[in-house]
Amino acid sequence: MSANQFQNPVVRWIDHRLPIFSFLNHEATEYPTPKNLNYFWNFGSLAGISLVIMIITGIVLSMNYTAHVDYAFDSVERIMRDVNHGWLLRYIHMNGASFFFIVVFIHIFRGLYYGSYKAPRELLWMLGVVILLLMMATAFMGYVLPWGQMSFWGATVITNLFSAIPFAGEGIVTWLWGGFSVDNPTLNRFFSLHYLLPFVIVGVVILHLVALHRFGSNNPLGIDTRGPQDTIPFHPYYTIKDFFGLSVFLTFFAAAVFFFPNFMGHPDNYIPANALQTPAHIVPEWYFLPFYAILRAVPDKLGGVLAMFGAIAVLFILPWLDRSPVRSGRFRPIFKIFFWVFFADCLVLGYIGAMPAEGIYVVIGRVATIWYFLHFLLILPILSVAETPRPLPQSISTPVFGGSGAMAGAAAAPKRKVE
Amino acid sequence: MKKLFLTLATAVLTASFSNVPVLAAGGGDVVLRQADWSFSGPFGTFDKASMQRGFQAYTEVCAGCHSMNYIAFRNLADLGYNEAEIKAIAAEYEVVDGPNDEGEMFTRNGIPADRIPAPYPNELAARAANNGAYPPDLSLIVKARANGADYLYSLLTSYEDAPAGTAVPEGMYYNAAYSGHMIAMPQPLYGDDVEYADGADTSMDAVAKDLVNFMAWTAEPALEERKRTGVAVMIFLVLLSGLSFGAMRFIWADVKKTRA
Amino acid sequence: MAASKTNKAALVAEQKSRRDFIVVATYAMGAVGAGAFAWPLIDQMNPAADTLALASIEVDVSKIAEGQSITLKWRGKPVFIRHRTKTEIDEALRDDALDMRDPQVDSDRVQKPEYLVVLGVCTHLGCVPLGQKVGEVRGEYDGWFCPCHGSHYDSSGRIRKGPAPTNLEVPPYSFLSDDVIKIG
Repeated sequence: MSANQFQNPVVRWIDHRLPIFSFLNHEATEYPTPKNLNYFWNFGSLAGISLVIMIITGIVLSMNYTAHVDYAFDSVERIMRDVNHGWLLRYIHMNGASFFFIVVFIHIFRGLYYGSYKAPRELLWMLGVVILLLMMATAFMGYVLPWGQMSFWGATVITNLFSAIPFAGEGIVTWLWGGFSVDNPTLNRFFSLHYLLPFVIVGVVILHLVALHRFGSNNPLGIDTRGPQDTIPFHPYYTIKDFFGLSVFLTFFAAAVFFFPNFMGHPDNYIPANALQTPAHIVPEWYFLPFYAILRAVPDKLGGVLAMFGAIAVLFILPWLDRSPVRSGRFRPIFKIFFWVFFADCLVLGYIGAMPAEGIYVVIGRVATIWYFLHFLLILPILSVAETPRPLPQSISTPVFGGSGAMAGAAAAPKRKVE
Repeated sequence: MKKLFLTLATAVLTASFSNVPVLAAGGGDVVLRQADWSFSGPFGTFDKASMQRGFQAYTEVCAGCHSMNYIAFRNLADLGYNEAEIKAIAAEYEVVDGPNDEGEMFTRNGIPADRIPAPYPNELAARAANNGAYPPDLSLIVKARANGADYLYSLLTSYEDAPAGTAVPEGMYYNAAYSGHMIAMPQPLYGDDVEYADGADTSMDAVAKDLVNFMAWTAEPALEERKRTGVAVMIFLVLLSGLSFGAMRFIWADVKKTRA
Repeated sequence: MAASKTNKAALVAEQKSRRDFIVVATYAMGAVGAGAFAWPLIDQMNPAADTLALASIEVDVSKIAEGQSITLKWRGKPVFIRHRTKTEIDEALRDDALDMRDPQVDSDRVQKPEYLVVLGVCTHLGCVPLGQKVGEVRGEYDGWFCPCHGSHYDSSGRIRKGPAPTNLEVPPYSFLSDDVIKIG
């Protein structure tokens, strides 16, 4: 790790004084990574690249955008029609938000399935939840900026959530708006914050990476690496794998941008905001739908808001709800079933969020909401003690199945369980 | 693992498709007439001749009430008009400009850089002239309605007599394609409403299609460029995916060996 | 035995070079893609279609009295149109023969001698020179004077003294009729 490992004298000179090259070499090149990561581990780097794409396109879009109620909609249309390649930049940014969430949701479900939130990675997980919260805030405020009908009414409905807070609620909402309704001051502060928050996300992402590199990546077996035979250097193995994953991701992304750019949007947002008329069906962007369903499932204003925020808050304490010493769902037969039920539950919530709040949809929404919380608050704690996990392999380089006489892990498993 | 991945992929797709019913929810009781639009599909392009006819029909039939705020005369080059033709079209319009040196607003003939002038100075004037109803701007209408092209085509061709027992209030009209069926816009097309220089069909159905072709362009002028770029980008990315997959296999070859 | 060993080594070496080639090709192709994506990001800062479309204006010069100037805004910059007096035209013609920093004869700078059309932007660092309004300083050559760093322009808008490197720029214009000029 000494500075003279570098051939180039300029690099060596700089590195001696400012060890950035040693740092990069250590954290991005030699960085020992479990050799058995599957494609689900691609989604971390994809999320990082999505963030970069969003920031870059966002910066250039803001060069052409006007944050004023009289000009916002027109300035977006000018981007779409007159600014060189403006349509491309805006469609990338618009669909990029959706793809960022797709990637992050897969990243989160991967963590849930393989127990990536368990010791010693609790803080890594919690920082991830902070990133999710910041992303939601950023996406919400970004959706307001084009100042279409959905922008305006989305902003009105979501800011009104805060009016559920006892006593101070009305005052807080007025403060958020900077007036008595969503108006020009609201648009201006949302633009300011929409520009700021992505950089806050970058900061938390750096912390997320620091925490990750403390113990290294979890892996599909969920067992710790036991030495050099279990790991490979990040470069070139995972750089090329991430690059391949990126190419495939961009192919899907480009298909949306160039051929279905408005598929994940809503037609009403091409109607300029009108404070006197609410669209007949107002729905948030698809990535908020499960949370929207939880909000509407509770027949009480404050209760609904608390449930919605609770759905995220519960993720913070997840490492202490699931106490099973086995990380990977691969070795937890019952957990695995409940994981898929939970996954289906989230999809149901998403579907219900898109449906009008009436009739059978309300009932299904309530059942799904209750299940969401039951999964975390009851099922996971019970499974932690009630479930007998399957035997764990001894190490990553000693496979359990298919190999010859590799069942040594079976004997080791109970010992690991009490660790 | 593959199973898990497939399930996730399906789930993501399902999740995105769960939007579809919402998008189509413009009017639950409405069945749209569908047409085969030249601009749909990954290689779709605009039908220039039809757009020119549509522009004529818009000017003669719709422009009395509906504005086209985001279209400037210079944009008409996309329809296949040359610079001289565009200047001539623009010059037929009177545009308010100013203030001049005396501080007065004045009118002059249009130039290519001008937007197509709106029929009313503001929304209130529009409402006052139309029984309180506001004729929406048409530049974005195809994108601002679910299944916009089919919807507008249906709307323009679905004026009917109200079914027996349905009372149509004064100033309203019955339209099978409109949500709730009561629309404030009188029937705009009856057939032979315009006279085309190229002798094309002027039936209600044909003119409605011309109008939709024109308005699909006003909503998304960059559509052709977008799809053209898209095809090139997709080819590039598919090649890159294949190449990087090969590179990955090469690099990982020795790891796979020790793992078995 | 030995032969097969060298064969094997050659095979490994060949495989390695093939591997290196495809890896380099992959990353090179990625770099090309990133470069292509950079272009829209850069090009969006160039003038947009609506900005370019507005790049011409028309003006009636018949209302400018002899000896008077008007200032117009074209592409966000001032355009000076001066209805020159006989004296001013004569001065400009007289100085054609003199040695100047940016030599140009007056007839190359006007289409009709009475009307001088120049961009009112000092070619030094972009200030607007004085000399348009009656009573303003016109510099030592009866033209314009830039107060920022003391450049003097003559009655043909040529640089005569001071730091500016070139004459005041003549924008593209044409007479649509005897009185109407189209700039741009």
